[in-house]
Amino acid sequence: MTRVLAILFLILAALPVRGNEIVGALSQNRVSLTANFSGSEILIFGAIRHDLDVAEESPYDVVIVIEGPHQPVDIWRKDRRMGIWMNVESVSMASVPSFYAVATSAPLDEILTPETDAEHRISASYAIRPDQATGQVEDPSLFTSALMRIRERAEQYLTLDRWVFLDRDILFRANVQLPANLTEGAYTTRMYLVRDGDVVNQFRTAIFVRKEGIERWLHQLAYDQPLAYGLLALLIALAAGWGASEAFRYLRH
Amino acid sequence: MQIYLPIAEISVNALTLLGIGGGVGLLSGMFGVGGGFLITPLLFFIGIPPAVAVATGVNQVVASSVSGVLAHMKRRTVDLRMGWVLLIGGLIGSVAGIALFRYLSEMGQIDLAVQLSYVIFLGVIGLLMLQEGLRAWYRTSRSNAPRRKLHTHIWVHKMPFKMKFRVSGLYISVIPPIMVGMLVGLLSAVMGVGGGFIMVPAMIYLLGMPTKVVIGTSLFQIIFVTAFTTVMHAVTSHSVDIMLALFLILGGVIGAQVGAQVGLKLKAEQLRILLALVVLAVCAKIGLDLLLRPDEFYSISIPGRD
Repeated sequence: MTRVLAILFLILAALPVRGNEIVGALSQNRVSLTANFSGSEILIFGAIRHDLDVAEESPYDVVIVIEGPHQPVDIWRKDRRMGIWMNVESVSMASVPSFYAVATSAPLDEILTPETDAEHRISASYAIRPDQATGQVEDPSLFTSALMRIRERAEQYLTLDRWVFLDRDILFRANVQLPANLTEGAYTTRMYLVRDGDVVNQFRTAIFVRKEGIERWLHQLAYDQPLAYGLLALLIALAAGWGASEAFRYLRH
Repeated sequence: MQIYLPIAEISVNALTLLGIGGGVGLLSGMFGVGGGFLITPLLFFIGIPPAVAVATGVNQVVASSVSGVLAHMKRRTVDLRMGWVLLIGGLIGSVAGIALFRYLSEMGQIDLAVQLSYVIFLGVIGLLMLQEGLRAWYRTSRSNAPRRKLHTHIWVHKMPFKMKFRVSGLYISVIPPIMVGMLVGLLSAVMGVGGGFIMVPAMIYLLGMPTKVVIGTSLFQIIFVTAFTTVMHAVTSHSVDIMLALFLILGGVIGAQVGAQVGLKLKAEQLRILLALVVLAVCAKIGLDLLLRPDEFYSISIPGRD
């Protein structure tokens, strides 16, 4: 905690003399996917610089967005054909976030106008860019809303209302739990300072998620030298099968 | 204890994996089957992407078949010549299966294809086994029933390219064994199974091989075909997860040894009926998923990953 306070103090000291500024930091900006990785909690904190000349205005709100690396997806719809439920049509999207969390100090629709939300692509429904959906279907919006629904249920897309704790309009912090099934890459973290339905200021940083240790080694081997990887998998299987039968024979005698 | 799988890119409970491996290993030791037909659907149920489940399931079958074939080699109950012929067919089938797997993945129909193959094959084999087991049970309780004819001539024996298989005591065309091998290779690549559950009945009823060499010979073929399929999946789709395989194998080999001891204490007919019921239960579970109205009509797939 003292370290956090020290960093906060440095942030405050470093702020230029200019009104309405938000500066943030993360408790860690590197997440290692090791063999026993089971999710990670990240503390996001920061400070708000007030414009002292301006008379008392309405209070600030803070919105924090964490956006995982983008991936292409296919969304399939099932229908009944000959008595069997099967995939019948699909929509492709070239680039949607693999993880998306919006944490706010108050419900998003109460603190931001829809126009501002759309402009900054804050809500997940804007961030996935529904207009990029392509496919031979009647209504692509059914598919994009299904994407949101499925990913929200899987807790890959999160809406964390009243999750950001604001202290006297100066300090803010939020704890966000990153799930266990993270994809490698940069997780951009945006912090918005909001007042009267508008974004006053924003700050960007990133969390870097990468595989480490044996996970990294195996993943690289699988993609760089697939033949060696396949033979290694085989060797392990053969050794385990043979070893177990020998071990049990020894135990029985 | 959670474990992060580097290829599947999800975190799962290590004990769940050990439990699946151990449970299926127990059954495979008791019944002398590879257990791929149970491992692969169970991996689907815990959320492993289908491509990874199939490729890793095949890898697990290699491990569970090795100890079995070693025991049969020592007892000289492997018809090596028949094994090689089946293997040639198996490798051709595996190559075709991997191509088919890729094609169906791109079409978005791989889940359906895998599920349908499971329902059809498990349903047919399960019913046949159940009928056979019940009949055998009935026969042992009335010991003076007529015995089955040792050797019958069917269409299989009229084909060209005949070859002598001394261990099996057969002089038949190589075409049927190659066809059987191809079908098994195809299934191994698409369904992530060894294919023993289809090869064993085919060897007995179609090729007319003596029962005592059937298990050893089929294991011989299965090891090579699954080994080949593992490497092929690793090279073409990077979908073998060694970390996942390690936990399944660990649970599997221990379960198999325990199961083999338990199996000795049960009667063969009861064992066969029990296995038939397990097979039919898996078949029913997968079949119902296809027939019942799903809760969610939409699904997401990430192109290039499954």
